[in-house]
Amino acid sequence: MKRLWLPGAFVALIVLAALCAPLFPLADPVRQDVANRLAGPMAGSWLGRDEFGRDVFSRLIWGARTSLGVAFASAMVAGLVGVTLGLIGGWGKGAAAFLSVRSMDVVLCFPPILLALLVVTLLGPGAGTLILVLSVLYLPGFARVTHAEVLSVKGRDYVEAARALGARPSYLLLRTVLPNIAGPILVQLSLAVAAAVVLESGLSFLGLGVVPPAPSWGLMIRGARATMEQAPLLLVWPCAALTLTILAMNLLCDGLRDTLDPRTAGR
Amino acid sequence: MSAAWLARKLATVIGLAWLVATIVFLALHMVPGDPAELLLSTGGISPDPASVAELREKLGLDRPILVQYGTFLGNLLRRDLGTSLVDDYPVLSEIALRLPRTLELIAAGTVIAILVGVPAGVYAALDRGGRFDRFASGVTALLLAVPVFVVGTLLVLLFAQTLRIMPAGGFVAFSQDPAQHLKLLTLPAIAIAKGLAAVLFRMTRAAMLDALANDYVRTARAKGLGPNRVIFVHVLRNALNPVVTVLGLQMGTLLGGTVLVEYVFNWPGMSTPLLRAVEGRDYPMVVGIVLTISVLFLLLNLLVEVVHAWLDPRVAHS
Repeated sequence: MKRLWLPGAFVALIVLAALCAPLFPLADPVRQDVANRLAGPMAGSWLGRDEFGRDVFSRLIWGARTSLGVAFASAMVAGLVGVTLGLIGGWGKGAAAFLSVRSMDVVLCFPPILLALLVVTLLGPGAGTLILVLSVLYLPGFARVTHAEVLSVKGRDYVEAARALGARPSYLLLRTVLPNIAGPILVQLSLAVAAAVVLESGLSFLGLGVVPPAPSWGLMIRGARATMEQAPLLLVWPCAALTLTILAMNLLCDGLRDTLDPRTAGR
Repeated sequence: MSAAWLARKLATVIGLAWLVATIVFLALHMVPGDPAELLLSTGGISPDPASVAELREKLGLDRPILVQYGTFLGNLLRRDLGTSLVDDYPVLSEIALRLPRTLELIAAGTVIAILVGVPAGVYAALDRGGRFDRFASGVTALLLAVPVFVVGTLLVLLFAQTLRIMPAGGFVAFSQDPAQHLKLLTLPAIAIAKGLAAVLFRMTRAAMLDALANDYVRTARAKGLGPNRVIFVHVLRNALNPVVTVLGLQMGTLLGGTVLVEYVFNWPGMSTPLLRAVEGRDYPMVVGIVLTISVLFLLLNLLVEVVHAWLDPRVAHS
Protein backbone atom coordinates (compact mmCIF):
# COMPACT_ATOMS: atom_id res chain seq x y z
CA MET A 1 0.00 0.00 0.00
CA LYS A 2 2.87 2.33 0.81
CA ARG A 3 4.03 2.35 -2.81
CA LEU A 4 0.69 3.70 -3.93
CA TRP A 5 0.84 6.97 -2.01
CA LEU A 6 3.40 9.09 -3.81
CA PRO A 7 2.53 8.27 -7.43
CA GLY A 8 -1.15 8.22 -6.48
CA ALA A 9 -0.94 11.71 -5.02
CA PHE A 10 0.93 12.98 -8.07
CA VAL A 11 -1.57 11.52 -10.51
CA ALA A 12 -4.43 12.89 -8.40
CA LEU A 13 -2.81 16.33 -8.52
CA ILE A 14 -2.56 16.26 -12.33
CA VAL A 15 -6.10 14.98 -12.72
CA LEU A 16 -7.33 17.69 -10.36
CA ALA A 17 -5.42 20.39 -12.25
CA ALA A 18 -6.85 19.10 -15.54
CA LEU A 19 -10.40 19.02 -14.17
CA CYS A 20 -10.17 22.46 -12.60
CA ALA A 21 -8.36 24.18 -15.49
CA PRO A 22 -11.36 26.44 -16.24
CA LEU A 23 -11.56 27.51 -12.58
CA PHE A 24 -7.97 28.75 -12.32
CA PRO A 25 -7.19 32.37 -13.25
CA LEU A 26 -5.17 31.18 -16.27
CA ALA A 27 -4.51 33.10 -19.46
CA ASP A 28 -6.49 31.94 -22.49
CA PRO A 29 -4.38 29.02 -23.82
CA VAL A 30 -5.15 29.81 -27.47
CA ARG A 31 -4.97 33.63 -27.38
CA GLN A 32 -2.05 34.79 -29.52
CA ASP A 33 0.10 37.78 -28.65
CA VAL A 34 2.65 38.20 -31.43
CA ALA A 35 4.41 41.10 -29.73
CA ASN A 36 5.51 38.73 -26.95
CA ARG A 37 6.37 35.68 -29.01
CA LEU A 38 9.02 33.48 -27.33
CA ALA A 39 9.12 35.92 -24.40
CA GLY A 40 10.80 34.61 -21.23
CA PRO A 41 9.09 34.41 -17.84
CA MET A 42 7.15 37.58 -17.09
CA ALA A 43 4.35 38.86 -14.85
CA GLY A 44 1.32 36.63 -15.40
CA SER A 45 3.35 34.15 -17.49
CA TRP A 46 5.60 32.15 -15.17
CA LEU A 47 7.02 29.98 -17.90
CA GLY A 48 7.01 32.58 -20.68
CA ARG A 49 5.28 32.54 -24.04
CA ASP A 50 5.45 30.18 -27.02
CA GLU A 51 6.06 30.83 -30.72
CA PHE A 52 2.67 32.53 -31.09
CA GLY A 53 2.94 34.44 -27.82
CA ARG A 54 0.58 32.06 -26.01
CA ASP A 55 1.04 31.50 -22.28
CA VAL A 56 3.07 28.29 -21.78
CA PHE A 57 1.94 27.53 -18.22
CA SER A 58 -1.69 27.86 -19.19
CA ARG A 59 -1.14 25.59 -22.19
CA LEU A 60 0.55 22.99 -19.96
CA ILE A 61 -2.47 22.83 -17.64
CA TRP A 62 -5.00 22.84 -20.47
CA GLY A 63 -2.83 20.34 -22.30
CA ALA A 64 -3.14 17.97 -19.33
CA ARG A 65 -6.92 18.31 -19.72
CA THR A 66 -6.74 17.32 -23.38
CA SER A 67 -4.31 14.42 -22.89
CA LEU A 68 -6.03 12.97 -19.83
CA GLY A 69 -9.49 13.58 -21.26
CA VAL A 70 -8.71 11.62 -24.41
CA ALA A 71 -6.88 8.92 -22.44
CA PHE A 72 -9.62 8.41 -19.82
CA ALA A 73 -12.41 8.51 -22.38
CA SER A 74 -10.79 5.89 -24.58
CA ALA A 75 -9.82 3.67 -21.64
CA MET A 76 -13.40 3.82 -20.34
CA VAL A 77 -14.90 2.96 -23.73
CA ALA A 78 -12.39 0.15 -24.23
CA GLY A 79 -13.10 -1.04 -20.68
CA LEU A 80 -16.89 -1.06 -21.04
CA VAL A 81 -16.91 -2.85 -24.40
CA GLY A 82 -13.95 -5.11 -23.61
CA VAL A 83 -15.31 -6.24 -20.23
CA THR A 84 -18.72 -6.92 -21.77
CA LEU A 85 -17.14 -9.04 -24.50
CA GLY A 86 -14.94 -10.79 -21.96
CA LEU A 87 -17.95 -11.59 -19.73
CA ILE A 88 -19.85 -13.01 -22.72
CA GLY A 89 -16.81 -14.97 -23.83
CA GLY A 90 -16.07 -16.36 -20.39
CA TRP A 91 -19.61 -17.13 -19.33
CA GLY A 92 -21.20 -18.23 -22.59
CA LYS A 93 -20.53 -21.30 -24.70
CA GLY A 94 -20.06 -22.00 -28.38
CA ALA A 95 -18.84 -20.03 -31.34
CA ALA A 96 -20.25 -16.65 -30.31
CA ALA A 97 -18.47 -16.76 -26.96
CA PHE A 98 -15.24 -17.88 -28.61
CA LEU A 99 -15.43 -15.18 -31.27
CA SER A 100 -16.28 -12.38 -28.86
CA VAL A 101 -12.81 -12.67 -27.33
CA ARG A 102 -10.76 -14.14 -30.18
CA SER A 103 -11.93 -11.66 -32.82
CA MET A 104 -10.40 -8.90 -30.71
CA ASP A 105 -6.97 -10.43 -31.19
CA VAL A 106 -6.95 -9.23 -34.80
CA VAL A 107 -6.06 -5.82 -33.43
CA LEU A 108 -2.87 -7.32 -32.04
CA CYS A 109 -1.61 -8.16 -35.55
CA PHE A 110 -0.88 -4.47 -36.13
CA PRO A 111 1.74 -2.28 -34.52
CA PRO A 112 -0.59 0.11 -32.59
CA ILE A 113 0.51 3.39 -34.12
CA LEU A 114 0.00 2.06 -37.66
CA LEU A 115 -3.58 1.04 -37.02
CA ALA A 116 -4.08 4.52 -35.60
CA LEU A 117 -2.59 6.15 -38.71
CA LEU A 118 -4.80 4.04 -40.97
CA VAL A 119 -7.93 5.25 -39.17
CA VAL A 120 -6.70 8.86 -39.13
CA THR A 121 -6.30 8.66 -42.92
CA LEU A 122 -9.92 7.63 -43.24
CA LEU A 123 -11.57 9.84 -40.63
CA GLY A 124 -9.18 12.77 -40.44
CA PRO A 125 -7.36 13.89 -37.27
CA GLY A 126 -9.19 15.08 -34.16
CA ALA A 127 -10.04 14.16 -30.58
CA GLY A 128 -12.99 12.00 -31.70
CA THR A 129 -10.83 9.92 -34.03
CA LEU A 130 -8.23 9.56 -31.28
CA ILE A 131 -10.75 8.26 -28.76
CA LEU A 132 -12.14 5.79 -31.30
CA VAL A 133 -8.72 4.47 -32.30
CA LEU A 134 -7.34 4.25 -28.78
CA SER A 135 -10.41 2.43 -27.48
CA VAL A 136 -10.14 -0.12 -30.31
CA LEU A 137 -6.45 -0.62 -29.52
CA TYR A 138 -7.05 -1.34 -25.83
CA LEU A 139 -10.14 -3.51 -26.30
CA PRO A 140 -8.28 -6.86 -26.58
CA GLY A 141 -6.52 -6.28 -23.27
CA PHE A 142 -9.79 -5.86 -21.39
CA ALA A 143 -11.52 -8.70 -23.23
CA ARG A 144 -8.64 -11.09 -22.51
CA VAL A 145 -8.24 -10.22 -18.85
CA THR A 146 -11.99 -10.40 -18.18
CA HIS A 147 -12.31 -13.65 -20.12
CA ALA A 148 -9.50 -15.31 -18.18
CA GLU A 149 -10.81 -14.07 -14.83
CA VAL A 150 -14.39 -15.19 -15.51
CA LEU A 151 -13.13 -18.65 -16.47
CA SER A 152 -11.21 -18.96 -13.21
CA VAL A 153 -14.05 -17.64 -11.07
CA LYS A 154 -17.17 -19.16 -12.58
CA GLY A 155 -16.72 -22.60 -11.04
CA ARG A 156 -16.13 -21.26 -7.53
CA ASP A 157 -18.42 -22.22 -4.68
CA TYR A 158 -19.77 -18.74 -4.06
CA VAL A 159 -20.93 -18.50 -7.69
CA GLU A 160 -22.53 -21.95 -7.38
CA ALA A 161 -24.16 -20.86 -4.13
CA ALA A 162 -25.61 -17.74 -5.70
CA ARG A 163 -26.86 -19.81 -8.61
CA ALA A 164 -28.44 -22.33 -6.25
CA LEU A 165 -30.23 -19.47 -4.52
CA GLY A 166 -31.90 -18.78 -7.84
CA ALA A 167 -29.95 -15.76 -9.08
CA ARG A 168 -30.46 -14.99 -12.76
CA PRO A 169 -27.42 -15.02 -15.08
CA SER A 170 -27.37 -11.22 -15.40
CA TYR A 171 -27.38 -10.87 -11.61
CA LEU A 172 -24.68 -13.53 -11.28
CA LEU A 173 -22.44 -11.82 -13.80
CA LEU A 174 -22.85 -8.26 -12.66
CA ARG A 175 -23.26 -8.67 -8.90
CA THR A 176 -21.36 -11.87 -8.11
CA VAL A 177 -18.65 -12.34 -10.74
CA LEU A 178 -17.80 -8.77 -11.71
CA PRO A 179 -17.03 -7.44 -8.20
CA ASN A 180 -14.72 -10.40 -7.65
CA ILE A 181 -12.71 -9.80 -10.79
CA ALA A 182 -12.67 -5.99 -10.48
CA GLY A 183 -9.04 -5.88 -9.31
CA PRO A 184 -7.34 -7.09 -12.49
CA ILE A 185 -9.75 -5.01 -14.59
CA LEU A 186 -8.85 -1.91 -12.63
CA VAL A 187 -5.16 -2.67 -13.19
CA GLN A 188 -5.88 -3.04 -16.90
CA LEU A 189 -7.69 0.29 -16.85
CA SER A 190 -4.72 2.07 -15.31
CA LEU A 191 -2.39 0.47 -17.88
CA ALA A 192 -4.67 1.55 -20.73
CA VAL A 193 -4.82 5.15 -19.50
CA ALA A 194 -1.03 5.37 -19.24
CA ALA A 195 -0.54 3.81 -22.69
CA ALA A 196 -3.19 6.09 -24.19
CA VAL A 197 -1.43 9.20 -22.87
CA VAL A 198 1.76 8.04 -24.61
CA LEU A 199 0.08 7.27 -27.92
CA GLU A 200 -2.06 10.42 -27.93
CA SER A 201 0.98 12.61 -27.37
CA GLY A 202 2.89 10.74 -30.11
CA LEU A 203 0.13 11.19 -32.67
CA SER A 204 -0.33 14.85 -31.72
CA PHE A 205 3.43 15.29 -32.01
CA LEU A 206 3.20 13.99 -35.59
CA GLY A 207 0.44 16.53 -36.22
CA LEU A 208 -2.12 13.75 -36.64
CA GLY A 209 -3.79 13.75 -33.23
CA VAL A 210 -5.34 16.76 -31.52
CA VAL A 211 -6.00 19.54 -34.01
CA PRO A 212 -4.22 22.89 -33.42
CA PRO A 213 -4.62 25.40 -31.85
CA ALA A 214 -6.03 23.20 -29.05
CA PRO A 215 -3.37 22.77 -26.36
CA SER A 216 -1.82 19.30 -26.09
CA TRP A 217 1.58 18.24 -24.78
CA GLY A 218 2.44 16.47 -28.00
CA LEU A 219 1.54 19.54 -30.05
CA MET A 220 3.56 21.79 -27.71
CA ILE A 221 6.65 19.62 -28.24
CA ARG A 222 6.02 19.69 -31.97
CA GLY A 223 5.80 23.50 -31.94
CA ALA A 224 8.80 24.00 -29.67
CA ARG A 225 11.02 21.85 -31.89
CA ALA A 226 10.97 24.56 -34.54
CA THR A 227 12.15 27.24 -32.10
CA MET A 228 14.60 25.00 -30.24
CA GLU A 229 17.49 27.34 -31.00
CA GLN A 230 15.94 30.52 -29.57
CA ALA A 231 13.93 29.00 -26.74
CA PRO A 232 15.12 25.52 -25.65
CA LEU A 233 13.12 25.72 -22.41
CA LEU A 234 9.87 25.68 -24.36
CA LEU A 235 10.80 22.14 -25.33
CA VAL A 236 11.75 21.11 -21.80
CA TRP A 237 8.44 22.00 -20.04
CA PRO A 238 6.03 19.82 -22.04
CA CYS A 239 8.61 17.00 -22.21
CA ALA A 240 8.96 17.10 -18.43
CA ALA A 241 5.20 17.28 -17.85
CA LEU A 242 4.57 14.34 -20.14
CA THR A 243 7.39 12.19 -18.74
CA LEU A 244 6.55 12.87 -15.09
CA THR A 245 2.88 12.12 -15.70
CA ILE A 246 3.65 8.81 -17.40
CA LEU A 247 6.25 7.93 -14.74
CA ALA A 248 3.72 8.54 -11.97
CA MET A 249 1.07 6.56 -13.85
CA ASN A 250 3.44 3.63 -14.43
CA LEU A 251 4.41 3.54 -10.76
CA LEU A 252 0.74 3.73 -9.81
CA CYS A 253 0.01 0.81 -12.18
CA ASP A 254 2.77 -1.26 -10.58
CA GLY A 255 1.50 -0.42 -7.12
CA LEU A 256 -2.10 -1.21 -8.08
CA ARG A 257 -1.06 -4.52 -9.58
CA ASP A 258 0.84 -5.51 -6.46
CA THR A 259 -2.16 -4.61 -4.31
CA LEU A 260 -5.09 -5.81 -6.42
CA ASP A 261 -3.71 -8.64 -8.49
CA PRO A 262 -1.67 -10.79 -6.11
CA ARG A 263 -0.95 -13.50 -8.67
CA THR A 264 1.31 -11.32 -10.80
CA ALA A 265 2.66 -9.33 -7.88
CA GLY A 266 6.36 -9.16 -7.16
CA ARG A 267 7.39 -9.71 -10.76
CA MET B 1 12.93 -27.59 -34.27
CA SER B 2 11.26 -29.81 -36.81
CA ALA B 3 10.30 -28.93 -40.38
CA ALA B 4 6.66 -29.62 -39.53
CA TRP B 5 6.75 -27.12 -36.67
CA LEU B 6 8.30 -24.48 -38.90
CA ALA B 7 5.76 -25.17 -41.65
CA ARG B 8 2.92 -24.80 -39.15
CA LYS B 9 4.33 -21.51 -37.91
CA LEU B 10 4.73 -20.25 -41.47
CA ALA B 11 1.16 -21.21 -42.27
CA THR B 12 0.00 -19.22 -39.23
CA VAL B 13 1.92 -16.18 -40.41
CA ILE B 14 0.37 -16.45 -43.88
CA GLY B 15 -3.07 -16.77 -42.33
CA LEU B 16 -2.51 -13.74 -40.14
CA ALA B 17 -1.16 -11.76 -43.10
CA TRP B 18 -4.36 -12.58 -44.98
CA LEU B 19 -6.36 -11.46 -41.94
CA VAL B 20 -4.43 -8.19 -41.78
CA ALA B 21 -5.02 -7.57 -45.50
CA THR B 22 -8.72 -8.26 -45.06
CA ILE B 23 -9.03 -5.88 -42.11
CA VAL B 24 -7.25 -3.15 -44.06
CA PHE B 25 -9.57 -3.77 -47.01
CA LEU B 26 -12.66 -3.70 -44.80
CA ALA B 27 -11.53 -0.55 -42.98
CA LEU B 28 -12.25 1.51 -46.08
CA HIS B 29 -15.74 0.04 -46.30
CA MET B 30 -16.61 0.16 -42.61
CA VAL B 31 -16.48 3.94 -42.36
CA PRO B 32 -19.89 5.56 -42.43
CA GLY B 33 -20.80 7.19 -45.73
CA ASP B 34 -18.99 7.22 -49.04
CA PRO B 35 -15.25 6.56 -48.50
CA ALA B 36 -14.29 8.52 -51.61
CA GLU B 37 -16.20 11.55 -50.36
CA LEU B 38 -14.67 11.11 -46.92
CA LEU B 39 -11.11 10.98 -48.27
CA LEU B 40 -11.64 14.16 -50.30
CA SER B 41 -13.43 16.21 -47.65
CA THR B 42 -11.37 18.57 -45.53
CA GLY B 43 -12.76 20.43 -42.53
CA GLY B 44 -16.42 19.69 -43.29
CA ILE B 45 -16.40 21.17 -46.80
CA SER B 46 -18.09 18.83 -49.29
CA PRO B 47 -15.85 17.93 -52.23
CA ASP B 48 -17.10 18.47 -55.78
CA PRO B 49 -18.98 15.47 -57.22
CA ALA B 50 -16.76 15.11 -60.29
CA SER B 51 -13.60 14.44 -58.28
CA VAL B 52 -15.51 12.08 -55.96
CA ALA B 53 -16.64 10.07 -58.98
CA GLU B 54 -13.09 10.06 -60.32
CA LEU B 55 -11.68 8.78 -57.02
CA ARG B 56 -14.42 6.16 -56.76
CA GLU B 57 -13.39 4.83 -60.13
CA LYS B 58 -9.70 4.99 -59.30
CA LEU B 59 -10.13 3.03 -56.07
CA GLY B 60 -12.56 0.68 -57.84
CA LEU B 61 -15.33 1.58 -55.40
CA ASP B 62 -17.94 1.52 -58.17
CA ARG B 63 -17.67 -2.27 -58.48
CA PRO B 64 -19.33 -4.91 -56.25
CA ILE B 65 -17.52 -5.38 -52.94
CA LEU B 66 -16.58 -9.02 -53.53
CA VAL B 67 -15.04 -8.13 -56.89
CA GLN B 68 -13.09 -5.38 -55.17
CA TYR B 69 -11.91 -7.80 -52.50
CA GLY B 70 -10.85 -10.35 -55.12
CA THR B 71 -8.96 -7.74 -57.11
CA PHE B 72 -7.31 -6.44 -53.92
CA LEU B 73 -6.04 -9.88 -52.85
CA GLY B 74 -5.05 -10.79 -56.43
CA ASN B 75 -3.01 -7.61 -56.75
CA LEU B 76 -1.33 -8.27 -53.41
CA LEU B 77 -0.32 -11.77 -54.56
CA ARG B 78 1.18 -10.26 -57.71
CA ARG B 79 2.98 -7.78 -55.44
CA ASP B 80 1.05 -4.89 -56.95
CA LEU B 81 0.23 -2.37 -54.22
CA GLY B 82 -1.27 0.18 -56.58
CA THR B 83 -0.17 3.74 -57.16
CA SER B 84 -0.19 6.89 -55.06
CA LEU B 85 -3.29 9.07 -55.44
CA VAL B 86 -1.08 12.14 -55.34
CA ASP B 87 1.58 11.51 -57.98
CA ASP B 88 0.72 8.08 -59.49
CA TYR B 89 4.05 6.76 -58.21
CA PRO B 90 3.96 2.96 -57.63
CA VAL B 91 3.58 2.29 -53.92
CA LEU B 92 5.87 -0.75 -54.10
CA SER B 93 8.78 1.25 -55.56
CA GLU B 94 8.47 3.78 -52.75
CA ILE B 95 8.52 0.96 -50.19
CA ALA B 96 11.45 -0.82 -51.88
CA LEU B 97 13.47 2.38 -51.63
CA ARG B 98 12.57 3.14 -48.00
CA LEU B 99 12.24 -0.24 -46.29
CA PRO B 100 15.98 -1.04 -46.08
CA ARG B 101 16.61 2.25 -44.24
CA THR B 102 13.86 1.50 -41.72
CA LEU B 103 15.18 -2.05 -41.24
CA GLU B 104 18.67 -0.70 -40.68
CA LEU B 105 17.40 1.62 -37.97
CA ILE B 106 15.46 -1.19 -36.26
CA ALA B 107 18.44 -3.54 -36.44
CA ALA B 108 20.83 -0.93 -35.04
CA GLY B 109 18.39 -0.09 -32.24
CA THR B 110 17.84 -3.74 -31.36
CA VAL B 111 21.59 -4.45 -31.26
CA ILE B 112 22.23 -1.46 -28.99
CA ALA B 113 19.33 -2.46 -26.73
CA ILE B 114 20.60 -6.04 -26.41
CA LEU B 115 24.19 -4.94 -25.83
CA VAL B 116 23.14 -2.55 -23.06
CA GLY B 117 20.04 -4.18 -21.56
CA VAL B 118 21.16 -7.81 -21.21
CA PRO B 119 24.60 -7.29 -19.60
CA ALA B 120 23.17 -4.61 -17.32
CA GLY B 121 20.40 -7.02 -16.31
CA VAL B 122 22.88 -9.81 -15.61
CA TYR B 123 25.06 -7.52 -13.56
CA ALA B 124 22.10 -6.09 -11.63
CA ALA B 125 20.87 -9.62 -10.78
CA LEU B 126 24.31 -10.58 -9.45
CA ASP B 127 24.41 -7.28 -7.53
CA ARG B 128 20.88 -7.67 -6.19
CA GLY B 129 20.02 -4.85 -3.81
CA GLY B 130 23.41 -3.24 -4.40
CA ARG B 131 24.20 0.24 -5.65
CA PHE B 132 24.25 -0.61 -9.36
CA ASP B 133 21.03 -2.60 -9.08
CA ARG B 134 19.16 0.25 -7.46
CA PHE B 135 20.61 2.85 -9.82
CA ALA B 136 19.84 0.84 -12.96
CA SER B 137 16.34 0.01 -11.78
CA GLY B 138 15.64 3.71 -11.26
CA VAL B 139 17.00 4.63 -14.68
CA THR B 140 14.85 1.88 -16.19
CA ALA B 141 11.67 3.25 -14.64
CA LEU B 142 12.52 6.66 -16.10
CA LEU B 143 13.37 5.25 -19.53
CA LEU B 144 10.09 3.37 -19.66
CA ALA B 145 8.21 6.56 -18.87
CA VAL B 146 9.82 8.87 -21.44
CA PRO B 147 8.01 8.60 -24.78
CA VAL B 148 10.33 7.72 -27.64
CA PHE B 149 9.80 11.00 -29.49
CA VAL B 150 10.64 12.94 -26.32
CA VAL B 151 13.91 11.04 -25.99
CA GLY B 152 14.66 11.74 -29.65
CA THR B 153 13.87 15.43 -29.35
CA LEU B 154 15.90 15.79 -26.14
CA LEU B 155 18.86 13.97 -27.75
CA VAL B 156 18.76 16.53 -30.57
CA LEU B 157 18.51 19.37 -28.06
CA LEU B 158 21.46 18.05 -26.05
CA PHE B 159 23.90 16.65 -28.61
CA ALA B 160 23.12 18.69 -31.72
CA GLN B 161 21.84 21.99 -30.37
CA THR B 162 23.74 22.48 -27.11
CA LEU B 163 26.95 20.42 -27.34
CA ARG B 164 27.08 20.52 -31.15
CA ILE B 165 28.92 17.19 -31.37
CA MET B 166 26.32 15.27 -33.38
CA PRO B 167 24.24 16.11 -36.43
CA ALA B 168 20.58 16.91 -35.68
CA GLY B 169 19.37 14.51 -38.30
CA GLY B 170 19.39 13.62 -41.96
CA PHE B 171 20.68 10.81 -44.10
CA VAL B 172 23.71 10.02 -46.25
CA ALA B 173 23.96 6.72 -48.12
CA PHE B 174 26.53 4.33 -46.66
CA SER B 175 28.19 3.99 -50.10
CA GLN B 176 28.69 7.76 -50.26
CA ASP B 177 30.18 8.47 -46.86
CA PRO B 178 30.29 5.53 -44.42
CA ALA B 179 31.52 7.56 -41.44
CA GLN B 180 28.83 10.23 -41.80
CA HIS B 181 26.21 7.53 -42.39
CA LEU B 182 27.04 5.87 -39.07
CA LYS B 183 27.19 9.22 -37.31
CA LEU B 184 23.69 10.06 -38.55
CA LEU B 185 22.48 6.61 -37.52
CA THR B 186 23.74 6.87 -33.92
CA LEU B 187 21.21 9.18 -32.24
CA PRO B 188 18.08 7.72 -33.87
CA ALA B 189 19.30 4.19 -33.07
CA ILE B 190 19.83 5.17 -29.42
CA ALA B 191 16.35 6.70 -29.30
CA ILE B 192 14.83 3.50 -30.72
CA ALA B 193 16.88 1.37 -28.32
CA LYS B 194 15.87 3.13 -25.10
CA GLY B 195 12.55 1.41 -24.45
CA LEU B 196 13.72 -2.00 -25.56
CA ALA B 197 16.90 -1.74 -23.48
CA ALA B 198 14.80 -0.91 -20.41
CA VAL B 199 12.44 -3.84 -20.96
CA LEU B 200 15.32 -6.22 -21.68
CA PHE B 201 17.08 -5.05 -18.53
CA ARG B 202 14.04 -5.77 -16.35
CA MET B 203 13.37 -9.12 -17.96
CA THR B 204 17.02 -10.28 -17.88
CA ARG B 205 17.33 -9.28 -14.23
CA ALA B 206 14.14 -11.13 -13.26
CA ALA B 207 14.98 -14.20 -15.34
CA MET B 208 18.52 -14.33 -13.94
CA LEU B 209 17.21 -14.17 -10.38
CA ASP B 210 14.78 -17.00 -11.18
CA ALA B 211 17.47 -19.11 -12.81
CA LEU B 212 19.99 -18.49 -10.02
CA ALA B 213 17.57 -20.04 -7.51
CA ASN B 214 17.54 -23.39 -9.35
CA ASP B 215 19.04 -26.59 -7.99
CA TYR B 216 21.25 -27.11 -11.02
CA VAL B 217 23.08 -23.91 -10.15
CA ARG B 218 23.88 -25.29 -6.75
CA THR B 219 24.94 -28.57 -8.34
CA ALA B 220 27.18 -26.76 -10.83
CA ARG B 221 28.77 -24.78 -8.01
CA ALA B 222 29.09 -27.87 -5.84
CA LYS B 223 30.96 -29.77 -8.49
CA GLY B 224 33.52 -26.98 -8.48
CA LEU B 225 32.75 -24.95 -11.58
CA GLY B 226 34.06 -21.37 -11.52
CA PRO B 227 31.56 -18.53 -11.04
CA ASN B 228 31.91 -17.32 -14.66
CA ARG B 229 31.16 -20.76 -16.06
CA VAL B 230 28.16 -21.16 -13.78
CA ILE B 231 26.75 -17.77 -14.69
CA PHE B 232 27.38 -17.72 -18.43
CA VAL B 233 26.89 -21.38 -19.33
CA HIS B 234 24.30 -22.55 -16.83
CA VAL B 235 22.30 -19.55 -15.68
CA LEU B 236 22.35 -17.16 -18.63
CA ARG B 237 21.45 -19.78 -21.19
CA ASN B 238 18.27 -20.57 -19.25
CA ALA B 239 17.58 -16.96 -18.39
CA LEU B 240 17.66 -15.99 -22.07
CA ASN B 241 14.39 -17.75 -22.95
CA PRO B 242 12.02 -15.26 -21.33
CA VAL B 243 14.25 -12.47 -22.61
CA VAL B 244 13.74 -13.63 -26.18
CA THR B 245 9.98 -13.84 -25.62
CA VAL B 246 9.96 -10.25 -24.45
CA LEU B 247 11.93 -9.23 -27.51
CA GLY B 248 9.08 -10.60 -29.62
CA LEU B 249 6.44 -8.80 -27.57
CA GLN B 250 8.30 -5.53 -28.02
CA MET B 251 8.42 -5.65 -31.83
CA GLY B 252 5.16 -3.73 -32.22
CA THR B 253 6.37 -0.94 -29.95
CA LEU B 254 9.69 -0.95 -31.79
CA LEU B 255 8.10 -0.61 -35.23
CA GLY B 256 5.72 2.08 -33.99
CA GLY B 257 8.61 3.90 -32.35
CA THR B 258 10.50 3.87 -35.62
CA VAL B 259 7.76 5.96 -37.23
CA LEU B 260 8.23 8.66 -34.59
CA VAL B 261 12.02 8.47 -34.46
CA GLU B 262 12.41 8.71 -38.24
CA TYR B 263 10.24 11.82 -38.12
CA VAL B 264 12.30 13.41 -35.33
CA PHE B 265 15.63 12.78 -37.08
CA ASN B 266 14.51 13.26 -40.70
CA TRP B 267 15.59 9.68 -41.39
CA PRO B 268 14.08 8.99 -44.83
CA GLY B 269 12.65 5.54 -44.08
CA MET B 270 9.06 4.35 -44.33
CA SER B 271 7.69 7.01 -42.02
CA THR B 272 8.27 9.96 -44.41
CA PRO B 273 5.96 8.70 -47.17
CA LEU B 274 3.60 7.23 -44.56
CA LEU B 275 3.06 10.50 -42.72
CA ARG B 276 2.85 12.47 -45.96
CA ALA B 277 0.25 10.00 -47.20
CA VAL B 278 -1.80 10.14 -43.98
CA GLU B 279 -1.85 13.94 -44.15
CA GLY B 280 -2.71 13.95 -47.84
CA ARG B 281 -5.32 11.18 -47.38
CA ASP B 282 -3.39 9.11 -49.96
CA TYR B 283 -5.17 5.86 -49.13
CA PRO B 284 -3.32 3.36 -51.39
CA MET B 285 0.03 4.58 -50.09
CA VAL B 286 -1.09 4.29 -46.45
CA VAL B 287 -2.50 0.81 -47.05
CA GLY B 288 0.69 -0.33 -48.81
CA ILE B 289 2.93 0.86 -46.01
CA VAL B 290 0.68 -0.33 -43.17
CA LEU B 291 0.45 -3.77 -44.80
CA THR B 292 4.21 -3.95 -45.33
CA ILE B 293 5.05 -2.97 -41.76
CA SER B 294 2.37 -5.27 -40.32
CA VAL B 295 3.67 -8.24 -42.32
CA LEU B 296 7.18 -7.28 -41.24
CA PHE B 297 5.86 -7.31 -37.68
CA LEU B 298 4.51 -10.86 -38.16
CA LEU B 299 7.77 -12.04 -39.74
CA LEU B 300 9.90 -10.54 -36.95
CA ASN B 301 7.70 -12.34 -34.44
CA LEU B 302 8.24 -15.57 -36.34
CA LEU B 303 11.99 -14.97 -36.28
CA VAL B 304 11.84 -14.47 -32.53
CA GLU B 305 9.89 -17.70 -32.15
CA VAL B 306 12.47 -19.58 -34.19
CA VAL B 307 15.28 -18.22 -32.02
CA HIS B 308 13.24 -19.13 -28.97
CA ALA B 309 12.78 -22.72 -30.21
CA TRP B 310 16.48 -22.95 -30.95
CA LEU B 311 17.36 -21.82 -27.42
CA ASP B 312 14.71 -23.96 -25.79
CA PRO B 313 13.81 -27.10 -27.79
CA ARG B 314 10.78 -27.72 -25.56
CA VAL B 315 9.00 -24.82 -27.30
CA ALA B 316 8.79 -26.63 -30.65
CA HIS B 317 7.43 -29.77 -29.02
CA SER B 318 4.67 -28.28 -26.94
